[in-house]
Amino acid sequence: MAADPGSLAPPRFVDSDSTSELMELQMGPSHPASHGTIKFNLRLDGERIVDVDVEIGYLHRGFEKMCEQGTWNHVFPYADRLNYASPILNNVGFALAVEKLAGVTAPERCQYIRVIGGEISRVTDHLTCLGMAANELGAISAGFYMIEAREFLYDLVEALTGARLTVTYCRLGGVMKDLPADMKVRTAAALRQVRRVLADCDRLLSRNRIFLDRMTGIGALSPEEAISWGLTGPLLRACGVPYDVRKAQPYLVYDRMNFVVPTGTKGDNYDRFMVRMAELEQSMRIIEQALAEIPDGPIMVNDPRFVLPPKPEVYGSIEGLMNHFKLVIEGQKVPPGEVYVATEGGNGELGFYLVSDGSGRPYRVRVRPPSFYSMGAVGEMLRGYMVADIIPTFGQINMIGGECDH
Amino acid sequence: MTADALRIELAAVLPQATLVPAETVRGEVVVVVAREAAAETLRTLRDHPTLRFDMLSDLTAVDYVEREPRFAVVYQLYSVSQNHRLRVTVPVPGDDPSVPSAVALWKSANWAERETFDMFGIRFVGHPDLRRILMYPEFVGYPLRKDYPLDRRQPLVPERDPIAHPWSLRRTI
Repeated sequence: MAADPGSLAPPRFVDSDSTSELMELQMGPSHPASHGTIKFNLRLDGERIVDVDVEIGYLHRGFEKMCEQGTWNHVFPYADRLNYASPILNNVGFALAVEKLAGVTAPERCQYIRVIGGEISRVTDHLTCLGMAANELGAISAGFYMIEAREFLYDLVEALTGARLTVTYCRLGGVMKDLPADMKVRTAAALRQVRRVLADCDRLLSRNRIFLDRMTGIGALSPEEAISWGLTGPLLRACGVPYDVRKAQPYLVYDRMNFVVPTGTKGDNYDRFMVRMAELEQSMRIIEQALAEIPDGPIMVNDPRFVLPPKPEVYGSIEGLMNHFKLVIEGQKVPPGEVYVATEGGNGELGFYLVSDGSGRPYRVRVRPPSFYSMGAVGEMLRGYMVADIIPTFGQINMIGGECDH
Repeated sequence: MTADALRIELAAVLPQATLVPAETVRGEVVVVVAREAAAETLRTLRDHPTLRFDMLSDLTAVDYVEREPRFAVVYQLYSVSQNHRLRVTVPVPGDDPSVPSAVALWKSANWAERETFDMFGIRFVGHPDLRRILMYPEFVGYPLRKDYPLDRRQPLVPERDPIAHPWSLRRTI
């Protein structure tokens, strides 16, 4: 790929006439600048990367095998731990998949709550990614500012779910509990703080010469390549492909929300950064709209086949007790069949492919982790660039070990 | 393309390649393809002007241990340009678990097939670099098979010498 004249980007170097000996270097698995346990086996010509072989799997926990052991509701805590930067989004994705298989639809209020929780999670995910990316390039203060902003949102998540990270918020057919009474006020205050921080970070980074030099033109992929590699989310949108599952195949109440899908043009690290920056504002818009429009009503479907009865019924009636017992011991009898549901996760298309045999336990749970596929393309993104370009590129991919290695 | 339009189009494009013709289940279009016809069918699905499945969203397998054929390799296809999805299932017998590789069609198949090989022991014929990806190379067995016991322990692996085997695992560079 040739550099276009006038671009800040350094030329990408692929074929070498150099006669120097290639050096093999193993970077990782616990490199201080890579957030996540991963190993790059590099083949270098001087400082140029000739070839990269990425080793993943250091955080493999057997997610899919574990899911086959418990009931459907037992999967929700595991799903939190996939992308732990945006746990509610994983919860929502899995809940939608099981509900499609079970043939139930969550009540409208619950759908709004899932949108609100999910978008809060997306903001925390993007803030983590951008803050860490800035941090790794030396802009430590911008990194800290974004982590500070994330903290306001974690307070919100804590008010909503009772936990900061391991939320286990969704259930088959609904969510665990309703919004706190002062959710609107809290959210408005938190979003005001986030916007203040983002304005600062935008001024600090977006036109910063050092930042531009490190990001522009690095790690670029063409749209065709990106699609072939299965890239989704901000990485694909940075190439100019406006694929966002929330728009392409709307789920929950996203079709009622007014938001735009930001896209880039070159597909390099800078575009990825800017796409994520723009998406933060869009997510905050969605949160505000959903909070303004949210209707009253139940937060769980009323379906004794799938939903635990209220506690007074469990302790006060034999029917309630039996229902509770059957659901806990045998699990929800989700009808046999298979289903694939894609949702827009923090890093792209988060898909769940489920197979049920009609018993109370999942026969097969497969997660399509977006950062697994992004990491598959990292060798292609890095080939020809410098060693120092690994960290910003890896940062923009935003590999989350829990999700990539499931 | 809507699910029904896609199903009708598939019936016209893939006349005899399919074991079970395209059907719509829970709003998702599903097609079952014989292993012998898989490579040809996947290529048609990618290149056909109205189908254009340009993205392999996901590839995995399911172990139906009590059934014959034992495995099913499952392709989740998506068309970014046409905005439709399709699930292609290829049954694979347990005594010869192999299917043609799709790496030449979609680059995302590279890691996905490595993971499916790692977890189920299904061989993807023609894959350029088929080795374990999540588990370590000394691992014995295929953990997501239904007959792999949950509590099996495997011996600790002695530390590898990074100088003697710097690229110990990779066959092609």
